[in-house]
Amino acid sequence: MLKKSFIGLAKPWIRYEVLGKKPQEPIKVSYPKTAIFYIEGSFQSLKEIILKKGRKVVTGQKLCLKQGDQTSVLSTVTGKIKSITQVKGDFDKSYVAVFIEVSEKQEIDPLFKTNIEDLTLQKATSFLQGIPGNPPFSILTDSGKPIKTIIITGIDSDLLVKTNQYVVLSCLDKIVRGINVLKEITGIEDIILAVSKEFIQGYGHIGAKVKFVDTVYPSGLPVLMAKEILGKVVPAGMTCQDIGICFIGAEAVASLGQVHGGDSIPVDKILTVVDKKGVGTLVSARIGTPVRMILESLNISLEEGDRLIAGGPMTGSAVYTDDYPVQSGTDAILVQDGKAIPGYSDNACINCGECIRVCPVDVPVNMLIRFLEAGQYQQAADSYDLMSCIDCGLCTYVCVSRIPIFQYIKLAKHELALGQTAEAENG
Amino acid sequence: MVNQKKFVVSHAPFWHNGSSIPERSLHMMIATIPAVLLGVYQYGILAIRVIALSVAMAMIWELIANRLMKRSYTIGDGNAALIGLLFAMLLPATIPWWAIVVGTFVAIFIGKQIYGGMGGNPFNPVLVSLAVLYLSWGGLFDFNEALVDFDFDFSMVYPLAAIKQHGAVAAEAFSLTGFLMGQQSGGIGATFGLGLILGGIYLIIRGIIRWELAISFLCGVFVAAMIFNLANPVRYAPAEFHLLTGFTMIAAFFLITEDSSSPVNFIPMLLYGAGAGAFTVIIRNVGIFVDGTVFAILIFNIVNPLLDKIRPKALGKVDHHA
Repeated sequence: MLKKSFIGLAKPWIRYEVLGKKPQEPIKVSYPKTAIFYIEGSFQSLKEIILKKGRKVVTGQKLCLKQGDQTSVLSTVTGKIKSITQVKGDFDKSYVAVFIEVSEKQEIDPLFKTNIEDLTLQKATSFLQGIPGNPPFSILTDSGKPIKTIIITGIDSDLLVKTNQYVVLSCLDKIVRGINVLKEITGIEDIILAVSKEFIQGYGHIGAKVKFVDTVYPSGLPVLMAKEILGKVVPAGMTCQDIGICFIGAEAVASLGQVHGGDSIPVDKILTVVDKKGVGTLVSARIGTPVRMILESLNISLEEGDRLIAGGPMTGSAVYTDDYPVQSGTDAILVQDGKAIPGYSDNACINCGECIRVCPVDVPVNMLIRFLEAGQYQQAADSYDLMSCIDCGLCTYVCVSRIPIFQYIKLAKHELALGQTAEAENG
Repeated sequence: MVNQKKFVVSHAPFWHNGSSIPERSLHMMIATIPAVLLGVYQYGILAIRVIALSVAMAMIWELIANRLMKRSYTIGDGNAALIGLLFAMLLPATIPWWAIVVGTFVAIFIGKQIYGGMGGNPFNPVLVSLAVLYLSWGGLFDFNEALVDFDFDFSMVYPLAAIKQHGAVAAEAFSLTGFLMGQQSGGIGATFGLGLILGGIYLIIRGIIRWELAISFLCGVFVAAMIFNLANPVRYAPAEFHLLTGFTMIAAFFLITEDSSSPVNFIPMLLYGAGAGAFTVIIRNVGIFVDGTVFAILIFNIVNPLLDKIRPKALGKVDHHA
């Protein structure tokens, strides 16, 4: 964990992990005995869903809860459904967890090849959700908010994570193919590959413009990238999608390229596993592998009272079980020693101004937190720039009073969004 | 679920830079050491008496306040002890014990706890208490009278009182290097200019206080005093005299920098510091008080929320009034 330097006058200057030109090969984790898939959604009784216990599943098969459902995942293993349960995610999200007992013999869904022949956006949305890198098809297909520019992120948004960087370094050929696929299926010509500033090398003709992004956190977050690369400011309360920009991870593009080659189904996810000492290792694991297995194969111990995080140290989310599977968007797994976990407190803001100095988008955090603590979310949004926040977590990282500011901000945004949905529904 | 290990779950971020309120209070106290040591060296056991009683009483009042208001105990964060220490540094060594007891009560209860504790106070608690004592028992702060029994190898006339009575000519009797080395009468920990500057630089480098406040305050004092001096060099003492006497130095690094009652944005900090500095000199030169620091800062405490509205526009802010 990065501590404040002796010279506290300086702003925290936290740099992203930058890979060398010849990065280490990822450690391959063998495929699991039981694979787990999380599908967004919920059910009242098991009868409602089409997935049934005991049913056979093959690699490349589309798993969804109901016929015609928008959300689905791609099965990366062949086996039998062992059990189906429901799990809760952050902020009331529900998932259905499907446990699949993996059989010795792996078969590929014969339909897969025909499904993706003459690939279109509709087909991709239907059959390729959940390939490594989690391509945001739903954003690309949203006709209400047309996308004009696609930015491929060859950098990772959080600290310590080096997944997308690695993909750019090692699978540029797949990315080039993926870019072509993207152009074909979306018809969007304006495609940009964003890579780290310290990463300048010849990229040759890859069919996309190459732009460089600063290596100081949080310049890898979408809103800041839109500003740095395109000079476009996302208005408060809107998303990049609203102004016609779609971000897609380099790994997702590489997966698309692999699919298009037709030779194999992308099933392995590259992820950065960070141990208790903060050392990150690149791992290649099949999607659906429980985190426990990955940690075991890397000899990382995980005890009661430790913290297991899916994602990076600033923006990830803590999970409560090591049965948590690697998913298509799981770029990193972070294990934190119980003794190293910094505590939050119920102290009031002492107005020291650290958050003001560190905020990359000039939100008056010291005032904002006073309103958020009092539950005055609308006022916080109207007068204290709640909606300008880009969720980088730096204010909480430097907070002297140790207030969970980021949590308050997320909660406020969540509550406001709920209110808006309710308003829209009730007219 | 087979696995029953319980993990710690919480919201991101999972890192913290390690700063905390006790750490901040501790660094503030460390920074006062040079000035306090000189005070103890000069006034001996009398100074120790004042400091010990003040710190102890401040902490006891904090404890009582926590209990009465049924809040969690905040005595461990060091803020009460710091308030007691800073309060003691401003007092003459001979101050009667009851004044310390009353003063710390005012600082902790009226200055801080009734607003909900640390961070809620609109005024600097130390200065609120000092102002109350000033107005109620003004004689206590007549440093000439209070320190009449002390005889060092430098003039024990309180410099600000001297120029108030005799004009700029009185300033010539003092040496500026003497001021820097603490050779002047005044509060226990407020006279050692060099020691306070060293402490202040330490705090600025460690990022505990905001340099904008300290520097702009000193600039405010300097510029205002210079304008007075240029306008009437016979009546008003030169700028450097004002910088090194009274509470100017301790105010610049330890009083005006109090977090809760000062602004946090860049331009407001400069305005706030410069304004309080200028007011200090105006009160000294024109007002009826010998030293204007206390009231100048209190006045700017009131202006603070308004000043702090001057802030940069957040990224993507949509102006609804357009």
